[in-house]
Formats: sequence, C-alpha cells, structure tokens
Amino acid sequence: MFEYFYKYGSPRHFYDLSKMFVPWLGGICLILLIAGLTGGLFFAPPDYQQGESFRIIYVHVPSAWMSLFIYVVMASAGAISLVWKVKVADALARASAPLGASFTFLALATGSLWGKPMWGTWWVWDARLTSELILLFLYLGYMALQTAIDDRRTAARAGAILSLVGVVNIPIIHYSVEWWHTLHQGPTITKLDAPSIHPSMLVPLLIMAFAFMFYYAAVVLLRARYEILENERNSAWVYELTEQRKG
Amino acid sequence: MSSLQSFLHMGGYAIYVWPAYVLTFIVLILNVILPLKREGQFFRALVERKKRLEKAQ
Amino acid sequence: MTANSTFAVFLAVLRRDLLIGLRHRSELFNPLVFFFIVVTMFVLALGPYADTLKQVAPAVIWVAALLASTLSLDMLFHSDLDDGSLEQFLLSPHPLIIIVIAKILAHWLLTAAPLIVAALFLGLMVYLPQSAIVPLLLTLLLGTPVLSLVGAVLGALTVGLRGSGILLTLLILPLYIPVLIFSVATVDNAAKGLAITGELYFLGAMLVLSVTLAPFATASSLRVRFG
Repeated sequence: MFEYFYKYGSPRHFYDLSKMFVPWLGGICLILLIAGLTGGLFFAPPDYQQGESFRIIYVHVPSAWMSLFIYVVMASAGAISLVWKVKVADALARASAPLGASFTFLALATGSLWGKPMWGTWWVWDARLTSELILLFLYLGYMALQTAIDDRRTAARAGAILSLVGVVNIPIIHYSVEWWHTLHQGPTITKLDAPSIHPSMLVPLLIMAFAFMFYYAAVVLLRARYEILENERNSAWVYELTEQRKG
Repeated sequence: MSSLQSFLHMGGYAIYVWPAYVLTFIVLILNVILPLKREGQFFRALVERKKRLEKAQ
Repeated sequence: MTANSTFAVFLAVLRRDLLIGLRHRSELFNPLVFFFIVVTMFVLALGPYADTLKQVAPAVIWVAALLASTLSLDMLFHSDLDDGSLEQFLLSPHPLIIIVIAKILAHWLLTAAPLIVAALFLGLMVYLPQSAIVPLLLTLLLGTPVLSLVGAVLGALTVGLRGSGILLTLLILPLYIPVLIFSVATVDNAAKGLAITGELYFLGAMLVLSVTLAPFATASSLRVRFG
C-alpha cells in the first residue's frame, strides 16, 4: 500500500498522472467560480453599511485565505522534501510560491480597492493588510532564494528550510503586527470584521473559497509539471517526450 | 437593460468593484497561461538541441 | 576534559572566531559606523528639533541597529567558506551544531557589545528620555542574540551565492519584525513611564525560541548547501 503512494513520488509517474487530474480540477474550479460569482454578484443583497462595494469580499477574502494556505502547503512540501527526500515535493513547493505570491498580491490590491470607498484612503496600515504585505515579502524572498541557487535540488532544500523558518515565524509576526496596530490606533473594529454575516452572503464566499482551492490544485499541478521537466531535463524519459511531441 | 446598467453601476462603487474582479481574473488567467507557454518553450529548446546534436553526428 | 571532548571543541571554535574577529577589527568597525550614519541620516531628514526626535528616537535607533546588525552577518560564514574551514567543519567528527553555537556566540559577543555601547551614545544624541535609556539597552541585550541566531540560519542558506548581501537582507528583515515591534514598544513605554515587563517577557520568549531552534536550522542549512 505504501508502495502505491511511493510510486507517485517519482517525477515521471507524477508527470503522467497529473495530466489526467488537471482538466478535472480545472472543470470543478470553473463550476464553483460560476456558482460563487452568481451567488455573490446577483443573489446576495447589498450590505446595509457598505452597499455594493462589499462584493469585493468575494475575491478579497478567498485570496487572503489562499495566500496563507499556500504558504502552509509550501512549508509542508518542504518538510516532506527534507525528511523523505521526495522529488515531487520539491516541484510542488517551487510551483506553489508564485501562486501564493499572486494571491497575496491580489489580497492586497483588492483590499486596497475595498479600502478606498470604506476608509477614504488607498492604503491603511491595519493589522491584516500589514501582515499580508509581510507575507508577500516572505514569498518574494523564497522565490529570490530559489533563483539565486543554481543547483535545483539544493535550491529546493534551501527553500524548504526557509519556508519552515517562515511558517514558524508567521504566527509570531501576525500576532506582533496585530498587537502593534492596537498600540497605535486603539481598539477600532475594522470594517473587514463583519460581526455576523448573513448566509446569503456567506455561502457564495465559501463557494468562492473552494473555487480558489480547486484553482490552486489544478494550477499547482500544471506548474509542478514544468518544474519536474526542468529538474529532470537530462533524463531519458524527458528526452523521449520530445520525440512524442515532435512526431 | 436598466437592470444590467444598475448591475454594472454597482451602486456607485463600480470603479472599485470591477477593477478588483478584473485584476483577479487577469492574475488567475496569467498563472495558467505562463506555465503552459514555458512548457512549450522548454520542449522547443530541447527539440532544437536534439536536432543540433544529430546534425553534429 | 580531553582534547577531543565536545566542550573543548566548542571552546576552541569560540576562541578561534573571537581571535579572528579581534584581528580584523575593521569588519567590526564598519557596521558600527553604519549605525551612526543611519541615525544621522534620520536626524537630517527629520530636523534637529528635540520634540520631533524624542518621539521617534526609539524607532530610529532600533531600525538603524537592525540594519547595522544585518550588515555584520556576512562575517559569520563568508570567510570560512573562502578559506575552506567551512568544509572542515562539515567533515569534522564533532557535532556541527556545537560548532555553529560557538560561532554564533562569538559573532554576538563581537558585534552586539559595540552596538549596545553605541546605542547608549546615540540614544542621548536623539534626546531619548532618561527613563528609556536602560530599557533601550535591555532590549538590545535581548534582541541582538535573536538577530545573530536568525541571521545565522539565513546566512548559512545564502553564503557564497550571487548577490548574497542584499538577498540576505531581503530574507531576514521580515523575520526581524517581531523583535523590532516589541523592542520599540518597550522603549516607548519606558519613555512614557509605563510598564514594560510584558514586552520584555515577549522578547525573552523570542530569544528562548531562537536559541532552541536556530542552531539546528543553521546546521541543517549548512548541510543542505555544502553537504
């Protein structure tokens, strides 16, 4: 039974297997996106205080959740790579970083677009946005480290250590920034803290969150396939693939 | 049609809501297109290298 | 204590790094001068008036100390990589983690002491209130080991890479943020005459966490990079 999984740790089998999964995951993602967007944009009523602008929540919050989730996945893949030396984990970790950075960027950008009508300024150093900004730095640093190291295997393992250091630090940083924010601005409840959220607004949000998860699953496989090709570019099976594609 | 207009108008917040959604979709689509392009480039480079090696022999 | 005992190795590496550091005093001098320069830059940008400077003094001193500390991290592994000692450490039958702890301790002793003394003078120069001076030095005492420890992990990951100087800075500054936040809060509170024990405990907690985890992570990083 363990051998069943062990086989799919091999890059070649992963490459073949993932080809089947990507369209299905993408399809589910698309369905969920359509469902979530219709629910969020059409069926959810406008917010009492914020009017229609609250609808940004349907891309802002899922992006923020994904930005954190992906970092944890990246660190977990790194841990698996360090402990069990699984090559596929290397590819998944490296593939996840640009996606995590993208979602962090989206969380910041959509948060800013939401903040302007709500708070009157394009940027506010509130605890969550500041934490997201720091998370973006962590992602960019991870990507910079990977590019700086030429040997891809060493780069993956170094990145694994970095992401583990990051994952330990993220709760500490988050707590510190939250505490820092209360120091300087007093106990204001930001408008992002909905005290209670009506189901007609909540359900599309959860659907969008799942949609983003399936998106991540599909696209990380897509990217990981490319990473595996680069990792294994000198191997025979990659060489044979060129035959298949040319012919 | 007026309901479509009012939908697009988003209660006056259109310049905030729609760019947010458009930006999201651009980023999501880019993240699908770029790896696919790179995979294509990878294979093209490999095929070229193979052709050069075969020619050298 | 035999010549090969672990503690003897620890002492030997500690002594070696301290000696090398003291012989190359310029390497210690530069971050110190940088500390002074950065604080001066802030003052030039903010204006010479005491009421403005007094308010930002804790922040300015701590940010400058952070940056100066980051600069000094290069000396931890770089010269060892260049002259082959790093390879010897990795091949040594003694636990790498002991060697790493000795090196970090030496680095902290060499770089933190001048920094703390300089902070005393700089604090006075930026009109830091009397009540805040000792707390400032206390936060540096608790914070600089964390900087050395976390810096060692990331220094080990990046030593010898292209552009490692700026890369190390980029990687490490986000991780220093909790230390920065709580240290400045401590000094700010002290300046206002408020309690600082909670913040100091938090700094202590971060120190303990770093001491526990960083040496192991540093040793792993060296093994990953250089086998």
